[in-house]
Amino acid sequence: MATKGTDLATLNTHLRREAAASATAEGLQYLTFILAGESYGIDILKVQEIRGWVPVTKVPNAPFFVRGVMNLRGAIVPVIDLRLRFGLESVEYTKTTVVIVVTVRSEHGDRIIGMVVDGVSDVLNINNPADIKDPPDFGTAVHTEFISGLVTIEDGMVMLLNVDRLLSIEEMFAMESVRPAEAMHT
Amino acid sequence: MAIDIGQFVQTFFEESLEGLDIMEAGLLALPPGAAADLDQVNTIFRAVHSIKGGSGTFGFKEVTGFTHVMETLLDKMREGQMAVTSEAINTLLQSVDCLREMLMAVRNNTDFDAPRVEELRERLVQLLDQKKSVTGAGNRCTTAIQLPPVLADGWRISFRPHLDLMRSGNDPVRIFRELAALGDLTVRPDFSRLPRLAEMQPEDCYLTWELELRGSATCEAVAEVFAWVEDDSDLTIEPLEELTVPDPAEQEVVAENAQQGELLLDRRGNDRRRTDRRSAGAAADSGSIRVGIDKVDAVINLVGELVTTQSMLSALGVDFDMNRMDKLHEALDQLERNTRDLQEHVMRIRMLPISSVFSRFPRMVHDISEKLGKQVELRLSGEQTEIDKTVIEKIGDPLVHLVRNSLDHGIEPPAERGAKPAMGTITLNAYHKSGSIFIEVGDDGRGLDREALRRKGLDAGLLRPGEDYSDDQIYELIFHPGLSTAKEISDVSGRGVGMDVVRRNIQDVGGSIQIASQPGRGSKITICLPLTLAILDGQLVSVGHDCYIIPLLSIVESVQIRAETVNRVAGKGEVLRFRGQHLPVLRLYEQFGAEGAVTNLEKGLLVVVEADGRQVGLFVDDLQGQQQISIKSLEKNFRRVAGVAGATILGDGRVGLILDISGLIRVNNAVT
Repeated sequence: MATKGTDLATLNTHLRREAAASATAEGLQYLTFILAGESYGIDILKVQEIRGWVPVTKVPNAPFFVRGVMNLRGAIVPVIDLRLRFGLESVEYTKTTVVIVVTVRSEHGDRIIGMVVDGVSDVLNINNPADIKDPPDFGTAVHTEFISGLVTIEDGMVMLLNVDRLLSIEEMFAMESVRPAEAMHT
Repeated sequence: MAIDIGQFVQTFFEESLEGLDIMEAGLLALPPGAAADLDQVNTIFRAVHSIKGGSGTFGFKEVTGFTHVMETLLDKMREGQMAVTSEAINTLLQSVDCLREMLMAVRNNTDFDAPRVEELRERLVQLLDQKKSVTGAGNRCTTAIQLPPVLADGWRISFRPHLDLMRSGNDPVRIFRELAALGDLTVRPDFSRLPRLAEMQPEDCYLTWELELRGSATCEAVAEVFAWVEDDSDLTIEPLEELTVPDPAEQEVVAENAQQGELLLDRRGNDRRRTDRRSAGAAADSGSIRVGIDKVDAVINLVGELVTTQSMLSALGVDFDMNRMDKLHEALDQLERNTRDLQEHVMRIRMLPISSVFSRFPRMVHDISEKLGKQVELRLSGEQTEIDKTVIEKIGDPLVHLVRNSLDHGIEPPAERGAKPAMGTITLNAYHKSGSIFIEVGDDGRGLDREALRRKGLDAGLLRPGEDYSDDQIYELIFHPGLSTAKEISDVSGRGVGMDVVRRNIQDVGGSIQIASQPGRGSKITICLPLTLAILDGQLVSVGHDCYIIPLLSIVESVQIRAETVNRVAGKGEVLRFRGQHLPVLRLYEQFGAEGAVTNLEKGLLVVVEADGRQVGLFVDDLQGQQQISIKSLEKNFRRVAGVAGATILGDGRVGLILDISGLIRVNNAVT
């Protein structure tokens, strides 16, 4: 199942096929990826494409987990480091580091946002929605508001993410409380 | 001739709205009381007539009916049968408003204020009736108002088209077909005008017709069928019983509508109205521009040149060797020139004269000054200055607000104007200067009340007591939300919301705003706008590992500085003594938290930039190349970033951020 090193063109073709199938098929499909050894999944219909990491342009006074903006065929797309977003330790970007480009619904219309992950793994089919379990309550120690559910697979567990929440620009700035205007005054 | 007229509905609305503007301008220019200026009245008449004709074609009956009364009134005016009274002008002006609402309602497929329409219509009819007794409107039945719909057994119609009827695209057969739908139609052609075959012009209409329509159709319905052609023909409609021959002199109608040829189309059955309305609603939001043919021709010429250059380059490419390097460079230069020219000309297509914004002001000033009991003259200049369509759409409301402010707060009532002429003056001026558009709103009123503003500023905690502030800093306060110096709130202005919105709107399109004021002599507000929004010349500068773009137009110069010319003013930031003035220094790397930047002032460069009439020196590492940049939105997928106006794609495919100079200066001012 590990597809580290698979070339991205093949991956994207595969992705489009799966997404097309998912739109018609019964059940749910999730693209899974690896972050600090854990598996996460996002709704495949949210995924636009997967790109290799290329250096981005830094945006001043943005939260630290916003790496910058990149050029996606003429559109300016912010890139978020998911490790930093989750408060995990950052790592050097390698050849397997990829940017998953997703569509995020917001009050200001749909946004296109890239998120940096360690590597993509596979497409996960969930035929029975009952297989998705609610995330357990960790109290305040762990932020679970971005996790929409948990799925157990043969070799472990996949956390399903709510990208609309996770990648909400408004929430990122609120959480950081780094408002550009204030930052400029200092 | 099956043409889908739906596609022309949008054009009809555009032309009608333009027509309304023309009418309004014409009406405001008409001196009441005096004998009517025939040219003016004719212009207004033509505008009404076009709207009437168009609305008839598209089946907007209410509009047709209403314009018909207006038209009749204007017709009387231009024939001198009716005096141009201020009452008539005011009623007509209100009718213009009403008509505009009706058209909007029809376009958006909503309901309009029918009682108001009816009331205005009554008033127009009353105006007409006052004169009717004097002139006698004759027994020509063309209006539903002069003769209420009469039910008769039928109508005898004498239809004598002018020779050139068909050149304007009208087709008698189509008219007859439509009449036939109203009842039992008998058509008798009259061949008497027919010349000998050798003399016959194939495009002329020699035939005339006597028609009998039996059935219950109203006179109004019959007249509507002829709505398009009534100026291109002699037409009488009379009840079947009376067989009097009408006096030909009375039927003489001046054919004037030159525009009729544009839009004469198939009139369909009854279902056409429903479909037209639907398509009109759908098309309402898609903006369109009318472009002068010269502009399009210029673009076509340039494309021709581009093609030539392209073939030159491909010829070079066939067997290229290093000896022909010069030629290649030459061709590439030419390509660059072509591309730039082409871009400029394509941009020009988006440019419209600012008169489309200015034209609403004569009316507004007229109405508001009357309401406030002030005498105000509006002077417009530079109406032909061209400006980007997007900017035009954004600039309208702010300008309305500024002019209202001038009317309400600026210009004093006649009694308070002292030595100045009782008639106040508001000027609106637009001009191009160094790649930007300037719009000035000036008045000769009382000017801004510096003391009142200062007090308000102190009350609101925006100013610190005991400190000296420059006029600019004080005037700046009027842009602060919630501050108004109006002593009483009127429905015109004074709520203290507005100037901040004005400034935001202008900044949204990349412009800036400045105030100058002299107590007792008036104030002048200058708006500076970029010529176009989409593309600008940029200077790339490097700051540490990052690269930013400064719009070339805001750069005054770039200098290397010596450390001793920079002073730190009591912990309030650095100031450079520069050409006899003190220039604040803004270190971009500090502002943007850039890493690896040059921090020694002597090692880097100071780019002097200007916005809102203020200058600041931006400290950067070095200058990079210059490049034409097309502005992309950073907000669409991300959010607005302070100090950044937008983003662009650089030559190497990476994203570059464009600096918001006026934003940076503002932030800098707030700090120091």
